[in-house]
Amino acid sequence: MNNSEILETVGRISGVNPRKCMKCGKCSGACPAYDEMEYHPHQFVSMVESGRIEELMHSKGIYTCLSCFACVERCPRMVEPARLIEAVRAVYLRQQGMDHMKPEHIPEILDEDLPQQAVTSAFRKYRR
Amino acid sequence: MQFAYFPGCTLKTKGKALDECGRKAALALGFELCELPEWQCCGAVYPMAKDEIATRLSAVRALTEARDEGRELVTLCSACHHVIKRVNGDMKNDADIRDKVNRYLQLEKPYEGETNVLHYLEVLRDRVGFDEVKKKVVKPLTGRKIGAYYGCLLLRPSRELGFDDPENPRILEDFIRAIGAEPVVYAMRNECCGGYTVIEGRDYAKKNVAKIMDNAKACGAEALITACPLCMYNLRENSENGLPVHYFTELLAEALGVGEAEK
Repeated sequence: MNNSEILETVGRISGVNPRKCMKCGKCSGACPAYDEMEYHPHQFVSMVESGRIEELMHSKGIYTCLSCFACVERCPRMVEPARLIEAVRAVYLRQQGMDHMKPEHIPEILDEDLPQQAVTSAFRKYRR
Repeated sequence: MQFAYFPGCTLKTKGKALDECGRKAALALGFELCELPEWQCCGAVYPMAKDEIATRLSAVRALTEARDEGRELVTLCSACHHVIKRVNGDMKNDADIRDKVNRYLQLEKPYEGETNVLHYLEVLRDRVGFDEVKKKVVKPLTGRKIGAYYGCLLLRPSRELGFDDPENPRILEDFIRAIGAEPVVYAMRNECCGGYTVIEGRDYAKKNVAKIMDNAKACGAEALITACPLCMYNLRENSENGLPVHYFTELLAEALGVGEAEK
């Protein structure tokens, strides 16, 4: 996919219109992963708006977003940054061979108490 | 009162106490959780991408079974509740998703979001009533200072979950009062513990957990309660401050005299 096709896909599967953002920064203020993202939520939205999608697809922030929905809850314009982050991650992971997590990695991180939920959710989030 | 019940993958294995205490307490309170005869793991994560259909199917299958039984659908696990409730919202409100899911499933009667999805805590609040819970308590947890840990999945996004005030919730505090203990309100109770990241690296999760646990302890909590097995694991395993964490159903069963919380 070229840049404009990726942008079209991200817009369609996220349902987010980044132009609604009024740049108040509330999403970044609410974000518990702020320090773990090189592009903070308000910047992420702005970069999608200006078409800088390649940088976002290769940023570690698409994996450190906790999907806690604090930004979605607190956005006064219903922009829903978490949906945008998920969509960029999905577009990246849907390319062949780009899974961020592979089943062969699981045995080494398992411990006796680790809930199934941890593994299931990681697979849902990090591979296609 | 009978409810269709979706336990979810973790409640059958690592999170058994959440399930077992919840069922016992339900019977003591006069309602029954009737496990769906065939349920599949909900996937643990709500698929936000609008074009993902396959990842919504197991939730819709459970919702359809509950509808056909004529019962409301109850969950105990925060993640299952989150996924099933939001997928139900999609089936009600998103014509494109509804159409694709129904074409795929080929049900006798298409599913259109008819089932009412309730979390166990909502059953206590809205169907049983906390006053009634209080009347049934035989061993009140008098003098115990308990902090409610809400986390993310029960509360947000509130326009879809409709569970409680997302910034200043009270359902767990009301629950704590009903079982005779004293609720401790602390600022971090609805902030994310970072549970999803335990699988990639503990350091990041530990930072989030420390903020929550230290804040709760500083405010005087002697224990925390949660409804989420992943929060439970993360708070227990990745904290160094020694605050015990229980499933809310463990304390409920204890107060009702039908179970003992794991120490």
